[in-house]
Amino acid sequence: MLAYLIRRLFAVVLTLMVVILVTFGIFFIIPKWTGVDPATMYVGKQSDAQAIEAIRQKLGLDDPIVVQFWDFLRGLFMGRDYTSGADTVHCSAPCFGYSFRNEQPIWPVLTDRLPVTLGLAGGAALLWVIGGVVTGIVSALKRGTIWDRTVMTVALAGVSLPIYFTGVVSLAIFSYQLDWVSNEYTEFGTDPALWFSGMILPWVTLAFLYAAMYARLTRATMLEVLGEDYIRTARAKGLREPVVIGKHAMRSTMTPVLTILGMDLGALVGGAILTETTFSLPGLGQAAVAAIGERDLPVILGVTLLTAGAVVVANLIVDLLYAVIDPRVRLS
Amino acid sequence: MTTESTPGAGGAVSKADGRPSTGAVTKASGRPARRAGAVGEPTTAGAPGTDVFLDVRDLKVHFPTDDGLVKSVDGLSFQLERGKTLGIVGESGSGKSVTSLGIMGLHTVGQYGRGKARISGEIWFDGTDLLAAHPDEVRRLRGREMAMIFQDPLSAMHPYFTVGAQIVEAYRVHHKVDKKKARRRAVELLDRVGIPQPDRRVDDYPHQFSGGMRQRAMIAMALANNPELLIADEPTTALDVTVQAQILDLIRDLQTEFGSAVIVITHDLGVVAELADDILVMYGGRCVERGPAERVFYEPQHPYTWGLLGSMPRIDRDQTDRLIPVHGSPPSLINVPQGCAFNPRCPYADVPADNRTRTERPELKEVGSRHFSACHMTQEERTRIWTEEIAPKL
Repeated sequence: MLAYLIRRLFAVVLTLMVVILVTFGIFFIIPKWTGVDPATMYVGKQSDAQAIEAIRQKLGLDDPIVVQFWDFLRGLFMGRDYTSGADTVHCSAPCFGYSFRNEQPIWPVLTDRLPVTLGLAGGAALLWVIGGVVTGIVSALKRGTIWDRTVMTVALAGVSLPIYFTGVVSLAIFSYQLDWVSNEYTEFGTDPALWFSGMILPWVTLAFLYAAMYARLTRATMLEVLGEDYIRTARAKGLREPVVIGKHAMRSTMTPVLTILGMDLGALVGGAILTETTFSLPGLGQAAVAAIGERDLPVILGVTLLTAGAVVVANLIVDLLYAVIDPRVRLS
Repeated sequence: MTTESTPGAGGAVSKADGRPSTGAVTKASGRPARRAGAVGEPTTAGAPGTDVFLDVRDLKVHFPTDDGLVKSVDGLSFQLERGKTLGIVGESGSGKSVTSLGIMGLHTVGQYGRGKARISGEIWFDGTDLLAAHPDEVRRLRGREMAMIFQDPLSAMHPYFTVGAQIVEAYRVHHKVDKKKARRRAVELLDRVGIPQPDRRVDDYPHQFSGGMRQRAMIAMALANNPELLIADEPTTALDVTVQAQILDLIRDLQTEFGSAVIVITHDLGVVAELADDILVMYGGRCVERGPAERVFYEPQHPYTWGLLGSMPRIDRDQTDRLIPVHGSPPSLINVPQGCAFNPRCPYADVPADNRTRTERPELKEVGSRHFSACHMTQEERTRIWTEEIAPKL
């Protein structure tokens, strides 16, 4: 088990390094191809050549890519100093650099927004896992009945309807018409009740989409598992059907659900862009959208790396849980 | 030649097939008197000196599908005495496994939604008609009074639970004992079926066992509650040849020790030759021949049985002699051939006069002591063909 853990950790570090390398490479190349000098992005096109040269010096934009990458990497883990003349600015680890727009370090911007996104993703995940798995199982057990067909039709609708549709409709009904819930984001620290009220619709909207996918996945997996020989063995022992389903079938059904959950949660940490935009939640997704609009490469780079990191870490957790669930993984 | 069945012939078919239709489950209490008119049914059941505790009568298991009704088992009857072994032999799709799952009641539990099996007939197990009993009553018998071992022990054991946990579970469903006691029982059983270091291996997972050991563990699980009846569905098919004999020996030893009756389901006559007291040959969901093992082996009375015997490789046979295979493939269970289901593959289909093999379904007839065969040929014809044409080539 320890060897497995070490192997997995090693793989994670390697993956992250590759992700950083590729991402950095892309963001280094883009300015070259588009002909937009990053230095002018910082100081503005109208600035004089001297100011541009100064910023170039300060950020090391003239250095070879290898040096720049090394500096970036070091900044991520140890922080780095930006020096121009006698003037030195320290960017503490993890240093993703400075925003083109407001010349603020990027990491604090990300950490400000991360809790919003985590709150959204976590709450929604709780809803969709419970909702999706339960409906999926009931559908599998009642395969072919009216219940099954109705639920699967609703699930199909859930998969096909975009969030900006379900989100806007639900906002219009439950917030503007009925005034049951808040339509804006409140910090949890300011007023937990109001925070909750403002999060209900985003949670439900996001969860509806995912619950639909999870219900379909759970149903399909459960049906497959129910056909397994060991389920027949469990019945042949004289076990009650709830035990056969709840213990023997569930254990196997949860494995793929867990895999997908890890991926989805990891990806959502990078921001539920549509949900955050629809409900005006100041999360990472919104920051990413704004950064794309302003071509704020360092911010995009930061969000990208954070997302990739979250996916990789989520996968690691899933893999470790796998080993707990499936004894065959431990040895192979 | 196309065989249009005339109204008269059609009538004959349905009449011959017109056993007292049990249809819905009989609500008789206790053991019903043997019904008259069940053509070809043996009359030995319940006779003095016998101890029949499993009595299957006119069992039908049909599955509705989009293509039509699959008649997997279509009117099967047999008896089994305490402590005896019955071998059910036939090709894939002949209804062997469906029969065993039917006895275990595994067609009715866990069949969700559409495609439920339609089962009729009677299965008397120690005074209870399993098909009329409440599902929960059958569930309580399952695992305790009747247990089953399956073909592929790897897929038949849950990969996520230890072997010990699965045996403990089987024991604790029917016995209110604490986990420690049940674990001791599991170790004891593993020891009994020949697993080395059982106190250590009890905590292993199925994938850590070899194929033969897994099947031993399956047997331990099945025997956890001292069942009256053990059904072994192709118990050696998935195993190495060297292990097969060991498992068969084990089953035989344990049968003597535990006193269970055993039903061995197999396509391999070699397996039943090792184990069975009686043999039942199935074809197309029906019994075509049934009798004491030595009679079925030495005086088989059905062309299909001849085919099975002829397909069995034997070391003492001259290698220049070819095997005698059964040509063609098993019948469709949706459109079972008219008349005798075996007629399209039977080399002797034209021996009986007036095309009867293709119009009239043969019923089981007694051809010797406790020996039954469903064939239109006369006994003289069968005896002549067997002794002159078949037996010399085997």
